[in-house]
Amino acid sequence: MRQKLTRVIGGVAMLALVAGGAACSSGGEETASGDKCGNKIAFFGALTGSSAALGINENNGVKLAVDKYNKENADCKVELVELDSQGSPDQAPGLAQKAIDDTKILGIVGPAYSGESEAAGPLFNEAGLPTITASATNPTLAQQGWKTFFRAVGNDLSQGPAAGNYIKNVIKADRVFVIDDQSAYGAGLSQEVQKVLGSAVVGTDKVQGEGKQTEFSAVVTKVKAANVKAVFYGGYYQEAGLIRKQLTAAGVTAPLVAGDGVNDGAYITSAGAAAAEGTILTCPCQPATEARGTFIEEFKALNGVDPGTYSDTAYDAANILLAGIKDGKTTREGLLEFVKGYSGEGVAASYKFVEGGELDPAQVKVWAFKVTGGKVVPDQEIPKS
Amino acid sequence: MNFDDLFSNFAQYTTTGLTQGAIYALVALGYTLVYGVLRLINFAHSEVFIAGAFAAIWTWNGFGLDQNSQVSGVGSILFYLLVAMIVAAIASAGTATVIERVAYRPLRKRNAPPLAFLITAIGASIAISEAFGVYTRRLPEGAPILVSTKPLFHVFGAPIDAVQLLTVGAALAMMVALDMFVNRSRVGRGIRAVAQDANTAALMGVNKDRIILIVFIAGGTMAGVAGLLYDVRIQTLTYSVGFLLGLKAFTAAVLGGIGNLRGALVGGLLLGVIENYASGLFGSQWKDFAAFAVLVVLLMFRPTGLLGESLGRARA
Repeated sequence: MRQKLTRVIGGVAMLALVAGGAACSSGGEETASGDKCGNKIAFFGALTGSSAALGINENNGVKLAVDKYNKENADCKVELVELDSQGSPDQAPGLAQKAIDDTKILGIVGPAYSGESEAAGPLFNEAGLPTITASATNPTLAQQGWKTFFRAVGNDLSQGPAAGNYIKNVIKADRVFVIDDQSAYGAGLSQEVQKVLGSAVVGTDKVQGEGKQTEFSAVVTKVKAANVKAVFYGGYYQEAGLIRKQLTAAGVTAPLVAGDGVNDGAYITSAGAAAAEGTILTCPCQPATEARGTFIEEFKALNGVDPGTYSDTAYDAANILLAGIKDGKTTREGLLEFVKGYSGEGVAASYKFVEGGELDPAQVKVWAFKVTGGKVVPDQEIPKS
Repeated sequence: MNFDDLFSNFAQYTTTGLTQGAIYALVALGYTLVYGVLRLINFAHSEVFIAGAFAAIWTWNGFGLDQNSQVSGVGSILFYLLVAMIVAAIASAGTATVIERVAYRPLRKRNAPPLAFLITAIGASIAISEAFGVYTRRLPEGAPILVSTKPLFHVFGAPIDAVQLLTVGAALAMMVALDMFVNRSRVGRGIRAVAQDANTAALMGVNKDRIILIVFIAGGTMAGVAGLLYDVRIQTLTYSVGFLLGLKAFTAAVLGGIGNLRGALVGGLLLGVIENYASGLFGSQWKDFAAFAVLVVLLMFRPTGLLGESLGRARA
């Protein structure tokens, strides 16, 4: 009996492994679209997993937009489909295919991150399904020639110089140490920062991202020896939190400056509130609390939480798609043309897309946020030059 | 290459490297013990470590301590450390026991080929790690700041703090205890006997299954203490950190001579400082390259590692 039980447990474990690998389903058959009603838009991003915080912020914004639209157009509603990518580039293509197969889905808000955008972009392009991302900031995404890619925020090329300017003009640091995680995002961002700071950069080092490194004593030793006034980190929040914690433990008090990849509450969990205090985080977005009109109250009423980073941008992106559907653009081709020619005001910014689907540079705002009292709070808008 | 940086901070690279190396060494003991007795690489040992590390953090959470808590008073610090250490050791030893019972013993009874052991080991490792991942929603969990990192004194310019002293001190104490247990005690004689020749040992009245279980428990206890020391030092834990740390510890065991307890210590400490020296000399992105390059070169000249395989062998 006992042996049998052991065997059963082993079998269950194996089954669980197999099931985990095969969690990929195909979309259902739908008739050709073009109907005026019963259309869908989708949100594509991480709703669970280690980097879900931003995705949930955005999805809540999209939810509000759809909710408001449906109240105003009760006779002809639009359905929201939530596609949870867990932020993983590996899962993105399968999920993208699922969205493409559902021909009622006319447009997508997302994918939220650069890695998954890179993986899913070619599929969306081929299917002619328009996507508006609210947070994928890697510059190369707009250079792939995808006709379906639109970005409702600035890219890292606008964020990097702003972070550099903040270090130079606000912190007034003449000695800076620059670290990156060797990712497309992190390395690109720190390069832009180094261009602005020039000779003020007295040392650089590269670490491993994606949770592959947790012990940073060598980097800490270098930063300490360099005796700097500020440290810039290009990368994501897990490593940033550990680096900040270990720097503080070694007695380095210089503030850490990082990009929007670190702009997440999990950074504070990882670093601990005491060490995280004073960290500067940049974002090519404005604080959700600066959003125009009644957005904040409406958001809170629907979702029960305050809007977070990119909630307002995602709301605006969804509204661009909904405006097109309202205008009678009930095919993917029609909606794509609509988004391409769109020009209008949202709660976070004004939107007009240029070459490659980039947001018109004149509309890009970059803000600095500061960790204060264990929370990320808006500090100031940074001039771009 | 930045010789300037390496030389001016040589002492600090050494001390922090030794601290990290002590944790590698403690985990390496688990690999080496099991290999010495069973000729089996227990790949699930990284998850034995993770179980202890999570158990320690959850114990502190149970006392109402999270990543933002600061504990003062030597008495209460020692109390929290000791309780967490005991819980971590029990959790790790328990995990190791379950792995042995579920993943290895049934295979051994059926004389499964070595490949089957390898796959169940990897399967157990992934299953446990994913279970922790799902349970913690793949988010990092923070440990309270129990031990101050203020420098106590300096050695050749390198600041030494209480965390480093605790990590290295506790690791060394555990290893000495284990070494004495294996080499001096009655059960230890049994372990060495099974390692030398399991069938003959059985004929002499040694209960092989019991010895194997004890070996897993001993290795698990070491990993549990390593988990606690990791929490105290890094203060943040994610479900996935076991994989790479386990790989490094396995490397340390091979570097020192797998199957050799003292080799695990030497290998762990060596790996820790090599990583740091390489980080200083070439930049941190080269640290894994350097560590494994040294391993490959060393194995070319000493295929059995620095001290050679020796658990149960007549000591060279």
